[in-house]
Amino acid sequence: MSSSQVPQQQQSVLERFVDKARLAAAQVSNVADIEAAIEYTLDLCGSRGACRIKVSGCDEPLSDSAEGLCLAKEEKIIAAPTLPAETYDLLSSRSRESGFSCIDSGLRSQLAGVDIGFTFADLGIAETGTIVLNCPNEELRLATMICEYHVCVVPTSRIVADAFVAEEQLLRYMGHGPNYTAFITGPSRTADIERVLAIGVHGPLELHLLLLED
Amino acid sequence: MQDAKNLAGYRKQCRESLDNDFLRTALDTFAVAYRTSRANAFAEFDIQALIDEVAVMKDDVLTRLDELYEQFKAVSEAAGVKVHLARDAAEANEIIVRIAQETGSRKLLKTKSMTAEETLLSHALEEHGLEVVESDLGEWIIQLRHEGPSHMVMPAIHLSRYQVRDLFTEVTGAQQEGDIEKLVKVARRELRQKFVEADMAVTGANFAVAQTGTIGTVTNEGNARLCTTLPRVHVALFGIDKLVPTIGDALKILRVLPRNATGQQITSYITWVTGANECAASPDGKKEIHFVVLDNGRRELAKDPLFSQVFRCVRCGACANVCPVYRLVGGHKMGHIYIGAIGLILTYFFHGRDKARNLVQNCINCEACKDICAGGIDLPRLIKAVHARIQDEEGHPLPSLLLGQVLKNRKLFHTLLRTAKWAQKPVAGGDGFMRHLPMVFFKSHDFKSLPTIAEKPFRDLWPKIKPEVANPRHRVGLFSGCVQDFVYPEQMVAAVELFADHGVAMSFPMQQSCCGLPVQMMGEMKASREVALQNISAFAGTDVDYIVTLCASCASHLKHNYPELLKDDPSLNEKVQAFTAKVIDLSSFVHDVLQVTPDDFDGDGRITTYHAPCHLCRGLGVHEAPRNLMRSAGLDYREAFEEEVCCGFGGTYSAKFPELSEQLLKRKLDHVEATGADLLLTDCPGCVMQLRGGLRKRGSSVEVQHTVEALTARRIKKS
Repeated sequence: MSSSQVPQQQQSVLERFVDKARLAAAQVSNVADIEAAIEYTLDLCGSRGACRIKVSGCDEPLSDSAEGLCLAKEEKIIAAPTLPAETYDLLSSRSRESGFSCIDSGLRSQLAGVDIGFTFADLGIAETGTIVLNCPNEELRLATMICEYHVCVVPTSRIVADAFVAEEQLLRYMGHGPNYTAFITGPSRTADIERVLAIGVHGPLELHLLLLED
Repeated sequence: MQDAKNLAGYRKQCRESLDNDFLRTALDTFAVAYRTSRANAFAEFDIQALIDEVAVMKDDVLTRLDELYEQFKAVSEAAGVKVHLARDAAEANEIIVRIAQETGSRKLLKTKSMTAEETLLSHALEEHGLEVVESDLGEWIIQLRHEGPSHMVMPAIHLSRYQVRDLFTEVTGAQQEGDIEKLVKVARRELRQKFVEADMAVTGANFAVAQTGTIGTVTNEGNARLCTTLPRVHVALFGIDKLVPTIGDALKILRVLPRNATGQQITSYITWVTGANECAASPDGKKEIHFVVLDNGRRELAKDPLFSQVFRCVRCGACANVCPVYRLVGGHKMGHIYIGAIGLILTYFFHGRDKARNLVQNCINCEACKDICAGGIDLPRLIKAVHARIQDEEGHPLPSLLLGQVLKNRKLFHTLLRTAKWAQKPVAGGDGFMRHLPMVFFKSHDFKSLPTIAEKPFRDLWPKIKPEVANPRHRVGLFSGCVQDFVYPEQMVAAVELFADHGVAMSFPMQQSCCGLPVQMMGEMKASREVALQNISAFAGTDVDYIVTLCASCASHLKHNYPELLKDDPSLNEKVQAFTAKVIDLSSFVHDVLQVTPDDFDGDGRITTYHAPCHLCRGLGVHEAPRNLMRSAGLDYREAFEEEVCCGFGGTYSAKFPELSEQLLKRKLDHVEATGADLLLTDCPGCVMQLRGGLRKRGSSVEVQHTVEALTARRIKKS
């Protein structure tokens, strides 16, 4: 569906989502299809310097043990757990061609950090520019926590006006035993030192949202 | 953490904070920025409707806490979590220590949790030889400095980047720079190593959803996500008041919490944990999860008709953000563990009378907290109620008792005021100010000149000046309050002249006395109640449409506090209702009822600025009336910066905490002088006293008047 066919109501919800996400310092782009999302990711990793062997903070003066963990990272890594097999295969082979490692498991042995976490949003919430990830899978969670950059494909059909509209959907995630659901809005941030906004404390330094019309 | 032994000690600690320039600048900058960011964050919403939604939902929760707890426990446990109910702080800590021991955990991580601060959990864990590391940046910093938080959502707001640089240099053993971005990255790497090693994490929870057995945490940094994912054991400690029935109810809180806390639309992360979720570090692939639900007096307090509303608190910290006293002294002086207005109240219930006794007196009653509260809690009222309760438990201090006794006896009170006129003779100057302070006021009160008692109180003038008004448009009863009666009768006289011109017939019941607010501020609730009854009786015989007062504090007290004070006696309801419905402040009466226009005035374009009394703008919700009146009267009104922030008077507050009152006044006067105005108007004789005294002391030429004086002076006389 091209953008001209998007119903008026949906259009304004979508616009609001983009505005609010940008307000929270997320970087929002449109992608035509999955291949384009993968190319965006590889490009980010290659040209924009996201994929460096050393992760952020490792250039700073650290204690010996923290320094030791920094040294544990030996290659450029894209982590993409729980993707459909076809998508993962494509991402994986394109990554290899570009000289990056692509993984969908074993994140616990990569706690030094990975370069990119690549995911699909389950919901988007326009009111706050938030993405929702239903992520009982531990690998998926870790991919979004220990990456430097988080790239998330947001199918536009999944964007709702506010969280209350999504209440039933949230209940489907949380109402049936063990579950882990994440609302993510912008990158990891803190203002704990002198109330100055600083990006990337424990989580990603950047959040890239790729809007995919479906 | 405030822990002074007595009021003198507490005052000394507060004075020390005043010397901390960094702290004061940081809190000032934040207070100003916060107002704008909060307004932006709520721009698309009806704030009051959102707050009411939270209040209604939370009030309902309190009536069925036990039922919701049982539901939450059943659902959570069916999903593999173990739920514990801890009677008090000690039991909560014991449970968590035991979990650590039984799971063989030695290295623990924590996320920020006020409940864990309440129980002093880290101390308990460390006493058992467990290593505890705070993973929130601000909390980690204050942990390394062995301090408590100084704000509920910004725990290290009292520290500078240079203090953090020196601390991190010590911790890493490597020289750091004072660059915030870099310091944050150092923390990222240092703490990442701790995440790798940790066996167990202790988190708090912002919501506990009974419907699904889910806990929700609201964070920005991402540490709570790592804490709830990496270690094989997760313990969440939270108060039983965090229970909400459904996910939708949690979302209601989520809509106000970040917006009210820091002016963010939402925080970076909301983490919803349900049941024993996947964990590769556990032998069975499932995380071991315990929810420790803390009572610590909450279930009992939830039944209290007055104090139960404290559980509407969502811990946003906004009551500190807007508190003028917090802004001066910081969180370490404005709370024991819980900080800000809610902290003054909770300290009494969670940490006892000893810790609350001094703190609870440090409220200037400006109502800024009540105005901003995400749960609509009447914080100033509860603070006064705690103060009164402590005095009832411990015995009332003599000055407070005396004032109460005196005020209950109107004749005695008025005789004393008349006598004071003679007592002040040796020190009074000819200009309406005292030359030197009498013995009752000490040096610390020397930041403003105090007025003398007027030659003749208004009540003695009244019989001679009472105008005869034929065919009146309105009938008004005048309530003078003690300051206008005995110190500034000329303000009352000005009102009488203006009213008479507009066809207002007036009466002044002689049996009226002090409104009672001063004794209420000192925790003398019984005296306050008796004075209220006297005033209602005094006006009961008069046939009037309005009861007008020129004092915003009197107006707000008569209108809003009298029904509360007298509600225990249903036989009085009708009488009280008839009285309070008629009470109106001067500006609203002239603006809304008399509906004066520019045609009524002969303006002179004098450059004028305004101070909005707390009890006018917040107490009565009056914002536009006095400003429109100034324009109508042909004055060149220039808005001052922070016009609606307290001037530091606060009635008896300025006598109890003169150093703080002085600082608030200084700021106010700086803003006034910056406007270039040479006339300052306000709607409260207490504020007039404070502002006039302060300006005179600094040798300023700015004249202070009550709004009515400026209006009357410029009116086109009709009679």
